[in-house]
Amino acid sequence: MHLTRPDLAIIQNWIKPSSRVLDLGCGNGELLYFLQEQKQVHGYGLEIDDQKITECIAKGVNVIEQNLDDGLSNFKDQSYDMVVMTQALQAMKRPDLMLEEMLRVGKECIVTFPNFAYWRCRFYLAVKGEMPVSKSLPHTWYNTPNIHLSTFRDFEQLCQSRNLRIIDRAVGNSEHESHWATNMWPNLFGEVAIYRVTR
Amino acid sequence: MPNAIPEDSVGIVEPQIARFNTPLELTCGRKLDRYELIYETYGTLNADRSNAVLICHALSGTHHAAGYHSPDDRKPGWWDAYIGPGKCIDTNRFYVVCLNNLGGCSGSTGPTSINPDSGKTFGPDFPVMTVTDWVNSQACLADYLNIDIWAAVVGGSLGGMQALQWSILYPNRLLNAVVIAAAPRLSAQNIAFNEVARQAIMSDQEFYDGRYADHDTIPRHGLRLARMVGHITYLSEHSMGDKFGRDLRSDKINFGYDVEFQVESYLRYQGDTFSESFDANTYLLMTKALDYFDPAASFGGDLSKALAQAKSNFLLVSFSTDWRFAPARSEEIVNALTEAGRHVSYACVESPHGHDAFLIPNERYEAIFSAFMGRVADKLEHANKKQGEVPCI
Repeated sequence: MHLTRPDLAIIQNWIKPSSRVLDLGCGNGELLYFLQEQKQVHGYGLEIDDQKITECIAKGVNVIEQNLDDGLSNFKDQSYDMVVMTQALQAMKRPDLMLEEMLRVGKECIVTFPNFAYWRCRFYLAVKGEMPVSKSLPHTWYNTPNIHLSTFRDFEQLCQSRNLRIIDRAVGNSEHESHWATNMWPNLFGEVAIYRVTR
Repeated sequence: MPNAIPEDSVGIVEPQIARFNTPLELTCGRKLDRYELIYETYGTLNADRSNAVLICHALSGTHHAAGYHSPDDRKPGWWDAYIGPGKCIDTNRFYVVCLNNLGGCSGSTGPTSINPDSGKTFGPDFPVMTVTDWVNSQACLADYLNIDIWAAVVGGSLGGMQALQWSILYPNRLLNAVVIAAAPRLSAQNIAFNEVARQAIMSDQEFYDGRYADHDTIPRHGLRLARMVGHITYLSEHSMGDKFGRDLRSDKINFGYDVEFQVESYLRYQGDTFSESFDANTYLLMTKALDYFDPAASFGGDLSKALAQAKSNFLLVSFSTDWRFAPARSEEIVNALTEAGRHVSYACVESPHGHDAFLIPNERYEAIFSAFMGRVADKLEHANKKQGEVPCI
């Protein structure tokens, strides 16, 4: 059993067996399915896509239809060991408030998002003079759900300003390209930013 | 309809009657010494009796959930869209049981049955039922059918409340609960609508304090009004607007109080047919069972404590335009379940049909329902296969 997305393969290492996990924007339930089969994790995924909700149900992943922009007020303080949000923070109305909310509900949180300072993005913008379109950012500027794009550095500044502690940082590249340079200069060579954060 | 029974129908079905002589203790403090439950089954019970699904009906439902009683029937059972070969509750895989609840008027012991103490019909003397009483009687039916554990208990509206109560009262006797368009308890507004319906019935001159049978009559007028007001709460403003708008029956308005708008005509028709086929005392009793339903009450008002008793997996479904039991009501249940750490999935399905949506074909609803029930069946069949693989010594 393996995970198809490289960012999921990395973050599953950060989740302890038998922990309580909330996966915000859980998609087709790939991560939760892996965690419940391999690590006896008890989890719920929140999702709004009809098709993906059905896929979760079909594979026996607990999924709850909920719009994340409405907040997590239906979950109690510190009721989960880990709150995960992969590739969705940049699509939130207020990523900063979402991050705070994640750490209210969870003891720790994991977020992954596309790094807008990735060299291909920079190159695209610098040379073409257009908003970058790539495999990890496939939309055009006018229809993209990614309304709050940021970088490794931006995110770390946000954490610092909110007194949030970064426990782990990793770099996810879509083609599994693990180059020494990605870890040395993630802001330039990292395509996907992966963080584990606590208060 | 039907000229021929459709392929995806369970076909011609025949109700059966189970008789019970062990007294059933009721929540109200009284007991029923003897009672009968009428039920239907669809599909085949497997060898280890593990593929049984219980369907719980709503306010005016019956045991006739799917198929036809005769080739001349105009309509199939009330949930035929969701029960049958290849349908959400797939009768190729499940053995489906649906009964008429105690206090009903479709063949189970109820106000229209003969009271053995008096030799006359029970009428208003029939004890007021609660959802708990129904679940207890359904457990007796399960014993009677030799079903230890339901693969799933499924219901919409008041039926969903029974599924929820099952999970709390008999956590070891069901693996899954499907709770559709339900609420953890009625709101003041819900109770208010029920009270209007009851008043309509009880203030009918033909009601005779519930002893209308002794006078060879029925409170037709009151039942009709009760159904009309109830029916309004089952539809949405949108679906009524869509269906009738402000359409008139004739071309012009007549400045009178006869039926003028199509919606009036529809409501009167609904009321008329219902009042001829449904028992008034049963209607009163069913609305009371709804009003009294509050599983959290025995747990200090804490629904998550109540649901912490449960061990089953849950599927909750609500409908976007349902204002009788709005999506927020289902979400109360979902939140209590997640707080209690139970396995639960939830979807709010887009539908214009209000509360009635749970009975009506809908692509997304079917996809979710099928996905959930399909997995229930997969797990059962997988477990059976595994058991079969154990070598005999």
